[in-house]
Amino acid sequence: MAELKNWKELPIGGVIDKPATAKEYQTGTWRVIRPIYQAENCIHCMFCWLYCPDQAVEIEVVDGKPKMKGFNYYYCKGCGLCANVCPKTNDKLPEEKRAIVMKPETEFQE
Amino acid sequence: MPEVKNRQAVTGAQAIANAMRQINPDVVAAYPITPQTPVVEYFAQYVADGVVDTEMIPVESEHSAMSAVVGAAAAGARAMTATAANGLALMHEIVYIAASSRLPIVMPVANRALSGPINIHCDHSDAMAERDSGWIQLWAENAQEAYDLTLIALRLGEHEDVRLPVMINFDGFIISHGVEVVDFLDDEVVKKFVGEPKVKYPLLDVDNPVTYGPLDLYDYYFEHKRQQIEAMKHVERVYKEIVDEFEKISGRRYDIFDKYMVDDAEYIMIALGSTAGTIKYTVDLLREQGHKVGIVKPWVFRPFLKKELQEVLNGRKAVIVLDRSASFGAEAPLYEAVKSALFNVENKPLIGSYVYGLGGRDIKVEYIKQAFEDAFAGNLNPDEERYLGLRE
Repeated sequence: MAELKNWKELPIGGVIDKPATAKEYQTGTWRVIRPIYQAENCIHCMFCWLYCPDQAVEIEVVDGKPKMKGFNYYYCKGCGLCANVCPKTNDKLPEEKRAIVMKPETEFQE
Repeated sequence: MPEVKNRQAVTGAQAIANAMRQINPDVVAAYPITPQTPVVEYFAQYVADGVVDTEMIPVESEHSAMSAVVGAAAAGARAMTATAANGLALMHEIVYIAASSRLPIVMPVANRALSGPINIHCDHSDAMAERDSGWIQLWAENAQEAYDLTLIALRLGEHEDVRLPVMINFDGFIISHGVEVVDFLDDEVVKKFVGEPKVKYPLLDVDNPVTYGPLDLYDYYFEHKRQQIEAMKHVERVYKEIVDEFEKISGRRYDIFDKYMVDDAEYIMIALGSTAGTIKYTVDLLREQGHKVGIVKPWVFRPFLKKELQEVLNGRKAVIVLDRSASFGAEAPLYEAVKSALFNVENKPLIGSYVYGLGGRDIKVEYIKQAFEDAFAGNLNPDEERYLGLRE
């Protein structure tokens, strides 16, 4: 999370005076369920990347084609849209066959 | 005193429209409402005649009018509108957004009673409903002041230490439609006085993109409100600089408060707008009879700059506050502000509250005399609201 500024440091009028400041916003703190990427089941269709409402799906380009890399938990809010649109993920499939598994965040707390 | 070259008999509406012509704003968006209509009507004629460069937007409501000027001002345009009463009430939501977005929109308001029951005549309930919206409120006594304050408002709102919208209040019909003699400044003098628009974070500056109106929750909203409070604190200094400059080009002096016959006054009346003229006349009559009376009229009501008022009122025998609007179940707005200011005054005067003129009810010399006479007799009760011209 970016450091909170005091009223003397802020631009007036609630104006955001530069573009792309959402990059500084750690929306990952909102997450209560966490998507787990299981690369061996992924067909790299990019649906998760396309539908992700934030910037939490990381991809790379290999031989001119996009490849799903995994989730960025700094931004991932745990909305589950990625798992919902994933053609390799549904409730009927056993967890080990899914490309994305949603797990409660409590399982990852120390 | 600069030479008067352009003295005309005009209505207040004409005077303000002429100020707008001389300002030549980039955008005017307005919707007609009595008694504001002639302001926009005269200005629309200037647009049709091609004597101004203004983009005039005839919108479908006042909500849209204020929204359009908010958008224009955010883009970096010099934007103006005008309204009255229910029109101002319909703008209400965007009135706050204009102030909190720190857009120096200038808006003459022809003060008129809010419905209901429906009434088109003068009182101050429309402006008082917006007194906490974050707009600077200037109040005119006559057409001359309405013209002058419109020019001053433009400079005040755009100042880099202020960046707030400004409302110029002028009494509906009494000022808007009454014909008076007004001394206009030369077009070139006004052009020089208002200067080029001073913009901050203009949306049209595509090389420096900004976002207006983002979601602003518990982590930052409070800080932005504190900035608005601070901007209001700068108004006194900036206003004084601007009115000094205005005096040099016009010979006319505007302070925070207009003080008439107050130097030796034992009894001081306080009122906003055109009624101050009737009070000045009554003060002259009472002075002839040996009464030491005077009047203080706020030219600036928001921010309410009480320090000067405290100095003026300290040690007087009595202060009588006249309000042209009521606050149902509480003290009337001007009275409340004055009474609050007197809390810290060393030698507190007696104080009394009088509500008058609602819905355009005439305020007569005899009513003003009656309030003064209550004060002369020591018959004022700070916790009692009285009414002038009401059938009891």
